[in-house]
Amino acid sequence: MATKYDWPAAEDRSLIGKRHNRVDGPEKARGDAKYSYDRNLDGMLVARLVTSEVPHGRIIGIDTSAAEKVKGYKGHVNIQNVGDEIQWAGSEILAICADTEEHARDAAAAVNVHFETLPHWVKDEDVKKAGEANRVKPAKDDTKGPDLDEAWKSADATVEGYYGLGIITHCCLEPHGQVVDWTGDEITVYASTQAVARIPADLAKGLSRDESIGTVAAESVHVITPYMGGGFGSKFNIDTWGIACAKLSKKTGKPVKLMLDRDEELKVAGGRPSDYGNIKIGAKKDGTLVAYESETWSTGGIAGRGSPPVPYVYNNEERLAQKARHLNVSTNIGPARAWRAPNHPQAAVLTMCPMEDLAAELDMDPVEFFKKNADLTARPEVYRYEIDKCAEMIGWKDKWHKRGDSGDGPVKRGLGLSLHTWGGRPHDSTCEVRIQPDGGVSVNMASQDLGVGTYTTLSVIAAETFGLQIPDITVNIGSSRLPISGASGGSTTVGGTTASTRRAAVNALDELKSVVAESLGVEADDLAAKDGKIFAKSDTSKSLSWNDACKKLGNRTITGHGKQPDRNGGKLNDSGVGGVQMADVSVDVETGIVSINKIAAVQDVGLVICLEQCESQVYGSLIQGVAWALYEESIYDQTTGTMLNPDMEFYKLPGAADIGELEVHMVQGKYDDRGVIGIGEPPAISPGAAISNAVANAIGVRVPTLPLTPDRVLAALENA
Amino acid sequence: MSSNKPHDGPGEGPRYGPRKGFSRRTFIEGVGIGAGAVGALGAADQARAATNEVVGPDPVSITLSINGKTHKLDVEPRVTLIDALRNMLDHTGAKKVCDRATCGACTVIVDGSPVYSCTMLAIEAEGRRIETIEGISSDDAMHPVQVQFVEHDAQQCGFCTPGLVMAGKAIADRNPRPSMADVESGLCGNICRCGTYVGVRKAVYEAARESA
Repeated sequence: MATKYDWPAAEDRSLIGKRHNRVDGPEKARGDAKYSYDRNLDGMLVARLVTSEVPHGRIIGIDTSAAEKVKGYKGHVNIQNVGDEIQWAGSEILAICADTEEHARDAAAAVNVHFETLPHWVKDEDVKKAGEANRVKPAKDDTKGPDLDEAWKSADATVEGYYGLGIITHCCLEPHGQVVDWTGDEITVYASTQAVARIPADLAKGLSRDESIGTVAAESVHVITPYMGGGFGSKFNIDTWGIACAKLSKKTGKPVKLMLDRDEELKVAGGRPSDYGNIKIGAKKDGTLVAYESETWSTGGIAGRGSPPVPYVYNNEERLAQKARHLNVSTNIGPARAWRAPNHPQAAVLTMCPMEDLAAELDMDPVEFFKKNADLTARPEVYRYEIDKCAEMIGWKDKWHKRGDSGDGPVKRGLGLSLHTWGGRPHDSTCEVRIQPDGGVSVNMASQDLGVGTYTTLSVIAAETFGLQIPDITVNIGSSRLPISGASGGSTTVGGTTASTRRAAVNALDELKSVVAESLGVEADDLAAKDGKIFAKSDTSKSLSWNDACKKLGNRTITGHGKQPDRNGGKLNDSGVGGVQMADVSVDVETGIVSINKIAAVQDVGLVICLEQCESQVYGSLIQGVAWALYEESIYDQTTGTMLNPDMEFYKLPGAADIGELEVHMVQGKYDDRGVIGIGEPPAISPGAAISNAVANAIGVRVPTLPLTPDRVLAALENA
Repeated sequence: MSSNKPHDGPGEGPRYGPRKGFSRRTFIEGVGIGAGAVGALGAADQARAATNEVVGPDPVSITLSINGKTHKLDVEPRVTLIDALRNMLDHTGAKKVCDRATCGACTVIVDGSPVYSCTMLAIEAEGRRIETIEGISSDDAMHPVQVQFVEHDAQQCGFCTPGLVMAGKAIADRNPRPSMADVESGLCGNICRCGTYVGVRKAVYEAARESA
């Protein structure tokens, strides 16, 4: 049943679904946006971490005597102590602060930590060797669907192969860290975080574990994060460095800044697990997929991780016989953190690449093969439509050729595709919308904008509801003292925050309408807000401008409240999307260099709020996808047990010239009735598999593991 | 490893980027990564260099010309330009990200050329004309590059944006009609992690034409 909270009908939307400039764009473009790293408070000290150089060991001594004599030294706190076991290189041991950044570095360098070293293990690709080192544990063994033996018997074609992708790290440009100003009972934290509302309790709990500090109330912590420089899933917690920074502030009585150095950021503050696996997949002559069997393994550090959801997307349990076994490799490397769409990009590589190989084995066009089996997915109609649309965008019909049939020259061109899915269920959110007697409107909640466009989407929702324009709305987020809203992870923010804002705005407008109704002598139900006016639908001559309407409030400010979820609050959001991506690449078989000609992406997300920011999320996902498909990988050395490339020279990311042409199509109109669904994860899943498939199509052989670096491409050609 | 060899005179030292367009390669050649940079020295430095005067480790007094204003400060000779700008002068638009001349987040314009300010010492910047993101717009009007960044949604988290804007301005300053290839080559010393290059390329391409 329709409610007053529902999204306006398509013909009544003046802002929702349209292109809008990013509200916070000018402040960022001017360099005025203040990030945590940019805070320079009066008398502020600078802190640095001292971290472990050994990958596995026990601390037998921490000597700070020389450090304490360094010019400018102000204090230090231990994060780990003598006797503690270190499980990875880069593990935080203590934080030390001084009057300047240079002196803090001097002091940190003067600390001597002594270790008893223990045997370490950092490699996971060779699972046999990892097993011999006693580092492998079974994590999953699932058999589902029809009888597997029968299914294999019914298969006319099978492919067995090895596929995988290495570890990548988040490499947020603003590193993890914060400025803490502990004054009296007030702890102000400028934190680079994806979870403004969660940090107070997290920090208070961490501090309260220290007997010398005693109990700290979460309410005494105020988190301020108007801007943050990238998270991608890695910035949900206060972390050891946040707690240490607060302790230093208390100890010194000064504000303290502690932001990670680049190498620390890459070693310990990020990390998407690897995945490698032997996959067997089979189909009938007509292309009907019948069986998928996998043994996969991966590492997420010492404690392991979840397993990839394989087979991916094509996983109907009634028709596809499937067996998935996963092994966890325990390694002495920095622990994994959530990366956009945890486990899905890996699952896409482990499913879509063998599928493309099977299509080649069947001598079928992969577009036909992927479409033919769409009934094995949860959304056959969505995928068929999106495959066709994407094929049109990339020019599949004209450009696709049979595998390896790419001419005699050294540069081979090829096309590949991949499909994905994600939930994106809205997180819990509360919102307060204020209408002031002077006509001012504000949206208030303890959410955050990671660069995805939260300032803009919330402005659009309030403006649309009140019949105003985007500049008429002030959005206050990035403070933990505002009404609580969820952490930004798993594509949950846009669904949660737009729903609570819509409900709060409708409730606020109802109050305003009741005041205006009286003065216009009409029923409140007869009033509508549009084009900067409040007017009677039955007689549009009975009308007040927004500002005149608000003047009727006298000196009263309206506060409308809204929350998500709300059973009586209308159908505003949903979860579960599809998405298809296709890549067109060129590979120089003499140098092994892969270059992107074009990537096309088709993405459904229910109701689009801000088209331009939605597209930007997809463009960004494709570019990050080019990065992990072709360039970036955390490389660990078993001899020293450390990461060899914790910097930005050798941890390679693409530049503006490396991404080819990108084309994005957001599906609008078709699924608007579902309401809002998150966009952060879904498009980040498919690029690697689509690019890998395009390379296989171009050169006629599969390059088994990503990133598809020149050495791997040349090795695959050599081995063919 | 910084060498203090005297050289030919102001403006004749290694350029921080070529005169027409710039690429990461020439950028790195310019700052002499790995070999230690000399750079064009300010007057005070030249005098010190001529007499082989060794400065530091204690702070030395320098004057920097930033966005047309002079700033006097005492810096340890090891302090980089980015740290002086951010930590001592609260010019926090330029960001410190890689801290070793790879990512371009710290890009400022020195004597008309884009420079990685993480790889130039503050004392080397003395006597040179430094432009930062704070200086290219007024309260009323943004620079055309900034305007186009907003128009083309060329930013997400925004942390790389000031560096990209300054690199974009340097392209526009030198070439009013850059091709897309010129734009890509001029931007390739800057790294964005969110993936904003699609908008950035369009923004710089349009802005160069607009500011011509």
